[in-house]
Amino acid sequence: MAEGRNDPKSKYTLDRGMPGAFEGETVTRRRFMNVAAQGAGAVAVAAFVLPALGFAAGSALFERPPVTWQSIGPLDDFVDDTYIPRVITETPGIGEVGKTTVYVRQRNDQIDAPPNPPGYDERVVALSTRCMHLGCPVRYVEASQRFICPCHGGVYDFRGFVDGGPPVRPLDRFYTRVRAGQVEIGPRYSVNSEFRRFPSYRDPAQDLDGIGQYIYPGRFSTPKQ
Amino acid sequence: MKLPLPPLPSALQPKPKRPGEGERVKPIDQAKEAGIATVDWIDERTSLSGALRWTMFRKVPKGTNWFYTLGSATLFAFLSQAVTGVFLAMYYDPSPVRAYESARHITNDVFLGEFVRGMHKWGSTVMVILIFLHMGRVFFFGAYKYPRELNWVIGSVLLILTMTMSFTGYLLPFDQRSYWATIVGVNINGTGPIVGPFLSDFLRGGAGFGATTLSRFYAIHMLLVPGGLIALIGAHLYLVARLGTTAPPWIKPSHDTGHLEERV
Repeated sequence: MAEGRNDPKSKYTLDRGMPGAFEGETVTRRRFMNVAAQGAGAVAVAAFVLPALGFAAGSALFERPPVTWQSIGPLDDFVDDTYIPRVITETPGIGEVGKTTVYVRQRNDQIDAPPNPPGYDERVVALSTRCMHLGCPVRYVEASQRFICPCHGGVYDFRGFVDGGPPVRPLDRFYTRVRAGQVEIGPRYSVNSEFRRFPSYRDPAQDLDGIGQYIYPGRFSTPKQ
Repeated sequence: MKLPLPPLPSALQPKPKRPGEGERVKPIDQAKEAGIATVDWIDERTSLSGALRWTMFRKVPKGTNWFYTLGSATLFAFLSQAVTGVFLAMYYDPSPVRAYESARHITNDVFLGEFVRGMHKWGSTVMVILIFLHMGRVFFFGAYKYPRELNWVIGSVLLILTMTMSFTGYLLPFDQRSYWATIVGVNINGTGPIVGPFLSDFLRGGAGFGATTLSRFYAIHMLLVPGGLIALIGAHLYLVARLGTTAPPWIKPSHDTGHLEERV
């Protein structure tokens, strides 16, 4: 009987009459060479692609700069009914680009929520100038006691809570402490509209109320204390 | 008037030339042939002329008009960006403390620097405009339909890559507008659920605008995306040559249907 095209072939090379077949052998030598060559190519490509990707993404996603505390002057420089701007260095080594303005005042128990977490000795409140809409720099307007963003009209009240416009959460804050009479500014943190603290600060435009805190996860590692 | 030759002994008669022994090739003739000889030499080894003929001498439908040049115009805008970009890179320094100064140096000090930088800056806008005009032409002429859907998809990816070029290139002058536009742009990226925050960290090279952000954008702008653009432009053009162009929608088939009419 002539072997038809549709006849099911045996999976054993021996049955298919291949020269030099072994008993029980199912992988032909052609197929084995093919898979081996392709596999070697895949290993070679992975050997440079994976390290390159890890190199590009790894330090960006996993590494955090060490925590630094910067002195911005004695406690007496600041009052509790208006903000004093101070410039700190957020990223060292890149000149003016690495600097940012913070608005600083003394803590006022009349308007500020109780320290969070309880026992945190917060004598100074330092607000970031990053607008929580898309990250433009806000400016404190003394006359209206509001923070106003020039880009898309975000407005924040005296405590940094959203008063109007598109921002999704209150202004970010900085940890503060007083050492030897000097006010020091530490790492940045985010708060949601109930003043819950998120130590891994989120980028602007990332809502932290309700579902927002889950769909905008924090970073893999927070700054080491 | 030509006189018959006098009878001469055969030894003295002029011999006819032997085959293959024609005029000696003079150097001037060789020089004249040099161009075509070179082309022949290459073509014999590559068969490029066939590919060239296949690409350049295509049949185009009736009604082809000026709107069909928008794709080529986009290509030339890209070539202009590529050439001016390469030369701008010779003077530009992607370090956060030097970038603005080097861009200022190009504009104010380098010979023709303002002109070339201007070509690159305005050319980017021209390219985006031309892409949208080209896209509109393809859409309104129905040229995205079977069998050209894949070319529409490739074109859309080219549009996205061009936008990536615009976004990453915007940071490079490193003035106030560049800086804040990039902050805003990266934060818009960050609003994507789950992956957004990690994507913007990847773009910036960290949690904040840091030392590596500018060089990252520079590498993406001049190495990563142009590679993809060139490869996809090649695919785009290959499909255009393979599938041909469409007639404008107002051109109707002109064959005589009189005798094809079926009468019962």
